[in-house]
Amino acid sequence: MNDPIIRIPVGSWAESAVDWLTSTFSGLFAFIKTVLGGAYEGLDQILTAPPFWVVVLVLAGLAWWVKSWKMALGTVIGLVLIQTMNQWDNAMHTLALVLIATVIALAIAIPLGILAARNDTVSRVVRPVLDLMQTLPAFVYLVPTVVIFLTGAVPGLVATVIFAMAPGVRFTELGIRQVDREVVEAGEAFGASSGRILRQIQLPLATRTIMAGVNQVIMLALSMVVIAGFVGAAGLGSDVTRALSSINIGLGFEAGLAVVILAVYLDRVTSALGTRSAVAKAQTAAS
Amino acid sequence: MTENHTEIRADGAYKVFGRRGAEAVLRLRSGSTRDEVKQLGTAAVIDASFEVNKGEIFVVMGLSGSGKSTLIRMLNGLWRPTAGSIHLGDDDLATVSPARLREIRRSKVSMVFQHFALLPHRTVLENAAYPLEIQGVAKDERRERALEALRLVGLAGWEDSVPGALSGGMRQRVGLARALAADTDVLLMDEAFSALDPLIRREMQEQLLELQSSLGKTIVFITHDLNEAMFLGDRIAMMRDGRIVQIGTAEQILSEPADDYVAQFVADVDRTRVLTASSVMRPSRVVVSLTGGPRLALRTMEEHAASAAFVTDRNRVFHGTVTDTAVLEAQRRGDADLSAVVEPDTRQVHPDAPMSEIFAPAAESVLPVPVVDDGGRLVGVVPRVRLLEAMSQTASLDATPSTEDSL
Repeated sequence: MNDPIIRIPVGSWAESAVDWLTSTFSGLFAFIKTVLGGAYEGLDQILTAPPFWVVVLVLAGLAWWVKSWKMALGTVIGLVLIQTMNQWDNAMHTLALVLIATVIALAIAIPLGILAARNDTVSRVVRPVLDLMQTLPAFVYLVPTVVIFLTGAVPGLVATVIFAMAPGVRFTELGIRQVDREVVEAGEAFGASSGRILRQIQLPLATRTIMAGVNQVIMLALSMVVIAGFVGAAGLGSDVTRALSSINIGLGFEAGLAVVILAVYLDRVTSALGTRSAVAKAQTAAS
Repeated sequence: MTENHTEIRADGAYKVFGRRGAEAVLRLRSGSTRDEVKQLGTAAVIDASFEVNKGEIFVVMGLSGSGKSTLIRMLNGLWRPTAGSIHLGDDDLATVSPARLREIRRSKVSMVFQHFALLPHRTVLENAAYPLEIQGVAKDERRERALEALRLVGLAGWEDSVPGALSGGMRQRVGLARALAADTDVLLMDEAFSALDPLIRREMQEQLLELQSSLGKTIVFITHDLNEAMFLGDRIAMMRDGRIVQIGTAEQILSEPADDYVAQFVADVDRTRVLTASSVMRPSRVVVSLTGGPRLALRTMEEHAASAAFVTDRNRVFHGTVTDTAVLEAQRRGDADLSAVVEPDTRQVHPDAPMSEIFAPAAESVLPVPVVDDGGRLVGVVPRVRLLEAMSQTASLDATPSTEDSL
């Protein structure tokens, strides 16, 4: 064994930091827990309460609206398959987790991306933090979230938000920085305020890129909520965890297939949304 | 009283990009060159001083990297000068507050961009109305004024299209309409026609001059195309390496280039479009008086060994030409004056006519082309040989090898 020359107790520092956070911000964490837990319960109710075919029809209708009847048909086939594998309720729990986590992640990521695009200092500070959030093994920050929020859906949600946020920030920053400089100058030259330039020029022209970021956030969130099964979040993740601990090949495969079907559906819908924006349409018309 | 006629005045304006811009300006002022201050920053504009008068088209001409794009962006405050001042009306753009600057941009100065810079997700009408939207004009009035601007540039009927569906020339017309809709006195045009096909470009240039004759805006036009500069500009500022090397009319720059650089540059220009009748004409020598009688006329023609002459009256008003045979005839008949034998000359040209418009009349007859001013007076003639001479100057200058080709 190579004994350390000096033992720097980074681990115990992190531990006491988490302890300090837990005791100092217990009120805030309780509040977060109530809000997130409530939001999740509510959405979960909406998705699981009605008969499954109602939800299938609504999701298929959404697919039809954003893309085509073919995609709607594919949606029906995929979702019915989930139901017949007896994974319906789990899939809906997972969908609720993904949607809540995505909304929260985007609510933080997009404003942060906008700030980073407009201010080089913010950009320089944010970038390494994002790198850290993405590369730190997910289990590492799953542990403190359990300490803070105990088990259940909330620690899973928090870990998912942290893990999935990065591409939202990056794509928003990239999208805004990529907007044709001359068009932004045109806004300035006619005396527009910077808020107006953001709303009327930068955001519309960056929509396509930002939507690609949204797509990435959803995909990462989906992969993370499965891991969240380890900390007791309901859904497909918990079945995956169960299959792992009991070496149940059949159950693992069914839960895994359900995850894939959800992933494909969410991916197709969000990429179709990106091409539906006014700018994307105008650009398609031009070519 | 020049103050009243000056719309824009730049006094020793510098723009140096980089953190140590102020230091670079001090070094430049004490005679350092652009390359010598490279470590301190990029000197885009060095000591620019000029005035643009109301209602004038002021062209800034230079190759890429000469600083002309930076210069025009200093005129509406997109870049603040590192040193010196830029006055637009009573405001010094070097020191105004950001809020006042936005106000100036809304009310005083608008801009047309090289690559049009239209909003792709908005219709042509909404694009043209954009400055008015920023100004806070009510929706109905906005629509009306934008439609009027689109009509001016010949885009009536296209208001509901999106820019992506339009050709380059039409897109730039939208860009022009947008600037006109803003209804500012000053119009900045940044390489506005450079991205267009040559034919469309010429058409746009002509349209701009036509619009200008009725609107009378103060226009600052940036270009790297000398022909365009000469065609549009009332006055031209030649820029090189961040400095303005000469300011003058097209003819001044052609005939008295300030240095070798300018001289080499103008070698390429199409002189036939720049040189006017007044600059190539010669005094008319064989001129006879309408009332002087045939005998006097014959003597003048004999003196100059000419077989024809131009006829004017006491006020030098041009009446036409006479040939020696016709005058002899008149003398034989005993006419008191030449009114019976003078033939009207349809070839006459105005002193401001470009040389390109003199070729056709010159080809019709061996006689020199008469140059007649607004009052109908004969102010000179352009002999055919003079046209050829002016052309050959172009040829000899063209043959000079240009070191700037690579730019």
